[in-house]
Amino acid sequence: MTLFDVPLMVIVSQAVIGIALGMIYVLLALGLSLVFGLLGVVNFAHGSFYMLGACMAFSLVTVTNSFWLCLLFAPLLIGVLGFGAERTLLRPLYARGGDDPMLLTFGLSLVFIEAARLIWGNAALPFETPTLLSGSVKMGMTYLPTYRIFVIVITAVIVGVLWVVLRGTNFGLIVRAGTNDPLMVRALGVDLGNVWSWVFASGCVLAALAGVLAAPMRRVFAEMGLTIIIESFVVVVVGGMGSLSGALVAGLLIGEVASLTALFAPKMADIVIFIVMAVVLMLRPRGLLGEPGLME
Amino acid sequence: MTVVRALAAWLEHHPLTGLLVFFAVFPFIMPYHALSTQILTYGLFAMGFNLLYGYTGLLSFGHAAYFGLGAYGTGLALARLGLGSPLVALGLGIVTAAAGAAIIGFLCMRRRGVYFGLLTLAFAQLLYFIVYHMGDITGGEDGLRGFPSLVVRLPGGSIPLDSPLSFYYFVLVVVALALIGLKRVLDSPFGSVLQAIRENGDRCLACGYDVKNVKILAFVFSGVLAGLAGGLNAMHLRIVPVDTLYWTTSGTVLLMTLVGGGSTFFGPFVGASVYLALESLLALVTESWQLIMGGIFVGCVVFLPRGILGWLSDRLVARSPGA
Repeated sequence: MTLFDVPLMVIVSQAVIGIALGMIYVLLALGLSLVFGLLGVVNFAHGSFYMLGACMAFSLVTVTNSFWLCLLFAPLLIGVLGFGAERTLLRPLYARGGDDPMLLTFGLSLVFIEAARLIWGNAALPFETPTLLSGSVKMGMTYLPTYRIFVIVITAVIVGVLWVVLRGTNFGLIVRAGTNDPLMVRALGVDLGNVWSWVFASGCVLAALAGVLAAPMRRVFAEMGLTIIIESFVVVVVGGMGSLSGALVAGLLIGEVASLTALFAPKMADIVIFIVMAVVLMLRPRGLLGEPGLME
Repeated sequence: MTVVRALAAWLEHHPLTGLLVFFAVFPFIMPYHALSTQILTYGLFAMGFNLLYGYTGLLSFGHAAYFGLGAYGTGLALARLGLGSPLVALGLGIVTAAAGAAIIGFLCMRRRGVYFGLLTLAFAQLLYFIVYHMGDITGGEDGLRGFPSLVVRLPGGSIPLDSPLSFYYFVLVVVALALIGLKRVLDSPFGSVLQAIRENGDRCLACGYDVKNVKILAFVFSGVLAGLAGGLNAMHLRIVPVDTLYWTTSGTVLLMTLVGGGSTFFGPFVGASVYLALESLLALVTESWQLIMGGIFVGCVVFLPRGILGWLSDRLVARSPGA
């Protein structure tokens, strides 16, 4: 059975790959949205944290030979870096207002990319799918790549954990309130300073995690963050800046759209997500699930 | 110190004359002419960008689009359409860039703040991928090639632009004229409205100015200058690399503007000069010159928010009491 000359099995397989890609986008978009929602900063360095996660994972795998260890520790290490960067560089700029914090993250991205080139070199780093997760799984009538299924499952777990933290813990409550009305939260006596650093670090952890998970699927090299950051912006804008459920929905949507377009109309694949972004920005700038009035 | 102050004061009153004098002798103090020419073209690009950013207060992340449209417009005129005159080719590049800026500006102007910036970015990336895939016309990944030798035909005679030095002076004349035009625009009432919009757009609207259309016009002016710079750059390189349209080019011009200082007229030009001079200097010493450049950028954002020229002008130019 075929659709536009493409066998149905291939479509299903590609659709699953699209979900896996979408989940990577979801992780990235969640990080971006969290940071934008609470700190009001568009983090241009997000893509480079993604890249640093992947590169750090490469180094850790070389040392420990365990994908699971680097899945756990690489994002945490990058989170520490993010925490430090926010504390020392970004924090002093909030008072200035305007675009300075965002421009700083842009400068940081340049520094990180070059630092990565210095440390890991110019060539792409080899990153193999862990043997436990390689190969494919028979699902119904088709074979699906095991690693992609793993990515979907683990990202779902992480999103679930994030949801529990945001809904069920005090920290999550402060983050949600701070996103809604930072002034009021501070008036109520909560010190948002530390919260900002933790949230920024969480955003970096999510980006780095996406990098580690993406490493076996894509090439690992210093500039790998440059394209993914733009795609992340597309997702966050389509979902709604500052909206976490929007990041989830839009991530999966964009991942699926990109994946299926690559199958049916390869030349349009790069272009289609920008068309979606432009259309959304012009017709419904708040995004699919965003708050109305935010910078409209 | 008084000599420096006097010089700074004279420069403040005769900025363009000073610039012309300096750049007339510039190629003789620079290691190679190509660098001087590049400084002129990217300086113009940054000045055009700053019309929108520093003067109107609109941060566009997609300015590579107009630089690229000017480059491809000029390039296509010279390489594919076989139009002999560099001036006509530049004109075509400008028209292409202006058209692009008018369309994209109109579409983006409906949103504000960071949404505006991201929308400009989306359109620029869209353009990049479209041009990338139109390989038959644009050369795609390999870039647009096939530039002929350039000769400027004037009523008096023709001037061949084969040597780097003659090409440099051609670019200098074009850039100088463009900057004179820019200065006139910025010193005019229109320029004042731009700055008023930057300070308080809503108040401008309340005062009765047609803010939206003024912004679009500023966008087009900015695109025209960027397109002219792109066209000149294309003629200089004799190729239009497809990366001209990639968002990193937009980032570079932003970096140049910020390092130089967006709050002064010449800041972006200074920023472009510093960036390119450092690039060529540091590239001799280390492969990681971009790391240093990024570090300088971060340093400027943190310590010199008004950029190098902004900081210098704050220090050197005498301020009258009460100013």
